[in-house]
Amino acid sequence: MSAYSLKPKAYSLFAIALLIGAMSYLSACQSNVDIQMAQYAVNGQKVYRNHCQNCHGAKGEGLAKLYPPLTDNNFFALHREKLSCIVRHGLHEKIEVSGQQYDQPMPGNNKLTDLDIAYVLTYVTTTFGQSDSIYSHEAVKKALSHCK
Amino acid sequence: MLKKSRAAFVVLIGLVFASCQSEQQKLPIIGEPDIVEKVVDGQTVRDTIYPTIPGFQFLNQDSVLITDKFFDNKIYVANFFFTHCPSICPTMQRNVLEVYKKYKNDERISFLSHSIDFKYDQPAVLKKYANNLGVDNEQWQFVTGSKADIYGISDKYLIYTAEDENAPGGYDHSGFLVLVDANKHIRGTYDGTNEEHIQQLLQDIAVLLKEK
Repeated sequence: MSAYSLKPKAYSLFAIALLIGAMSYLSACQSNVDIQMAQYAVNGQKVYRNHCQNCHGAKGEGLAKLYPPLTDNNFFALHREKLSCIVRHGLHEKIEVSGQQYDQPMPGNNKLTDLDIAYVLTYVTTTFGQSDSIYSHEAVKKALSHCK
Repeated sequence: MLKKSRAAFVVLIGLVFASCQSEQQKLPIIGEPDIVEKVVDGQTVRDTIYPTIPGFQFLNQDSVLITDKFFDNKIYVANFFFTHCPSICPTMQRNVLEVYKKYKNDERISFLSHSIDFKYDQPAVLKKYANNLGVDNEQWQFVTGSKADIYGISDKYLIYTAEDENAPGGYDHSGFLVLVDANKHIRGTYDGTNEEHIQQLLQDIAVLLKEK
């Protein structure tokens, strides 16, 4: 029995099913990167809550002029590599974020692994900032080897 | 008939008032009381004496000596922190800041943050911290003192503080906020990092402010 002998209605149903299958297959292919980024961000949220939220706030809003907000896309873009070093080693210089100067020293986070830092930076830059790219484990490892 | 309904009306009004009064809350006094027996007019009378915050003097963010007199006839919220504390303090101070903003310029209430980092948190450091936090009046005092004085008075506020090199930042302490009334009695303690506790603190402040 060939497909040609199917009734027209059954034939069109078959075609639709095939189309949906093909589309979902294609979109799954495209979003592999998105899925990994989402995983990094979810893990990053846990790291953030335990190590960053006290000072920088639940929404990355910072605290008055003591602790800077983590929402300045411009700062993120300018210091994309340096952010890994700041998380690991802290910060002991004056910085400007969203037009406001901050000079309260930030302690380092020696207990966080390279991967933890990749998670948390992915979370911060994509959730509080508007970045759409992941901080890969490799990129963070490389950035950390260049810390001054 | 009319008389009866009038009487019923009076009873009803009385009930409404009575229920109003019984609903009026009063915060407990916290701490182990001393029972003191006195002889008054040949009769033995028992007096319950609740602990109070003893007198103190500390240097504040303006390098001015502040004593317990500053808090006379006021209620205040006290806590213990240090400026470069990486753990619970930021969340605690974030929450106190909300309460401070709500009652800013209300002279019936003030705030007192003791630094437990007696080495680093000198008045100039406290001043800068206060400014950066957005505190620009004397309603919120940030104070420093000798280790013995600060750690000694933390016991009176029922708050744990200790120098501990293993703790983040070098000092260990609890993040509790203590509500003190105009007679220097402790009337409530609240976890300064817990959102529900902060809501309770706000409610209790409102209750305490109504107390005469």
